[in-house]
Amino acid sequence: MSTLAWVLITAVVLVLVWAVATYNKFVTLRNRSAEAWSDVEVQMKRRYNLIPNLVETVKAYAKHEASTFEKVTAARNAAMGATSLADHAKAENMLSQTLKSLFAVSEAYPDLRANQNFLQLQDELRDAEDKIQASWRFYNSNVRDYNTKLQHFPPNIIGNMFRFHEKEFFELTEAEAATVREVPKVKFS
Amino acid sequence: MYNQITANKRRTIALIGIFVFIILALGFTFDVVGGRGAGAGGLLFAVIVSSAMALASYYGGDRVALWTSGAKAIEKRDAPQLYRIVENLAMTAGIATPKVYVIPDPTINAFATGRDPSHASIAVTTGAIERLENEELEGVVAHELSHIKNYDIRVMTVVIVLVGAIALLSDLLLRARWYGGSGKDDRGGQAAVVLLVVGIVLAIVAPLVAELIKLAVSRRREYLADASGALLTRFPDGLARALEKIAAANQPMLRANTATAHLFLANPFGRTRRSFARLFDTHPPVEERVKALRAMAL
Repeated sequence: MSTLAWVLITAVVLVLVWAVATYNKFVTLRNRSAEAWSDVEVQMKRRYNLIPNLVETVKAYAKHEASTFEKVTAARNAAMGATSLADHAKAENMLSQTLKSLFAVSEAYPDLRANQNFLQLQDELRDAEDKIQASWRFYNSNVRDYNTKLQHFPPNIIGNMFRFHEKEFFELTEAEAATVREVPKVKFS
Repeated sequence: MYNQITANKRRTIALIGIFVFIILALGFTFDVVGGRGAGAGGLLFAVIVSSAMALASYYGGDRVALWTSGAKAIEKRDAPQLYRIVENLAMTAGIATPKVYVIPDPTINAFATGRDPSHASIAVTTGAIERLENEELEGVVAHELSHIKNYDIRVMTVVIVLVGAIALLSDLLLRARWYGGSGKDDRGGQAAVVLLVVGIVLAIVAPLVAELIKLAVSRRREYLADASGALLTRFPDGLARALEKIAAANQPMLRANTATAHLFLANPFGRTRRSFARLFDTHPPVEERVKALRAMAL
């Protein structure tokens, strides 16, 4: 009788210890992905900050492209105002498209293309875009770890009990994913 | 990944433990065989040497590695392309950007060192910067960053100084034997016996040291870093092509060094020719690594 009681007590204690550990693991993983997301935001902000300078520089040479500048500014404002993950992805993609047209416009102005400031801004913007990509990939790998743990049995019991929700992946839209994949092809063809 | 980190931390402690034990055993043997004349001097000396070396290997191993390879620290503006690759991949891996070094050497190679991700350095040869395409250089850097993230660097860096210290000590003792042997009186004879015994102990220890190196640089580590590096770039072909370029060139590095050879991406001595010597290679054959990379489907 007392042996049975001891066995039961031990079992209950073990289950409790496991439950606490699992709960804490979920908290850690959730915070890690939240932190990774704030890194993505930092990098996106860096890109937003470069854009006004870029627009001003291009404006000085290409005065008649007002509609392009407006589009870029509007896309930037939309991207800065995005809240949900899907909105962010969409707005970022839109911004990339308008920037692409801005650079296409700049092709017609040789003086602008020789401008040191412009070249530097273009370079920094490319770097900012690379860094956004790097940071969202880190975010995605954290979300993957978190979601996997949430789907595993038996941790999912604890996850459901304390309402841990799966996080969304930050995913490129079709168009942008295609341009990213194109890069090596262009280099080696 | 996390198991790998714990295993590496444990292995570092084991390595230091074995090292301290060997040195203490040497000191003790010296005292026992030397009799009253030697006193506890040997043991005391051993305690000082082993603890100094253990600390030096942990905190200064990276500097030794960088110094022996002739690596020079660079700023972002010196090699912006390389620096950005390191920065961005470190971001993807979620570690701090390591210090970036360049080794003036026409061959393609790279290594990482340090005691943890926040005290880490990555060194790339000028040959790699000049001769590798962007994607290939990314593959190489990602491989090295995986070593940093896995704490492989801690084990591999500690090995440099510890193994170096044992080699130096055995060298010292073996030389001392010849000088001690020339004494003409009774005391000289006794000292010769002491050194002979220490020499024999070292003869026993030497293969143990070799075993130690093998333990630390297990070739599986390279495959693992290849795989987790490919996860960072999502482009295993980049590293595969870089390795193929290294194999095709098959050039030894200008300052190849046995003590630091195990740190490098590819064997700094070039390819080993004799099949027997391959047993003691610090690196798995390049062809095997390329095959494993090509087989990855991401």
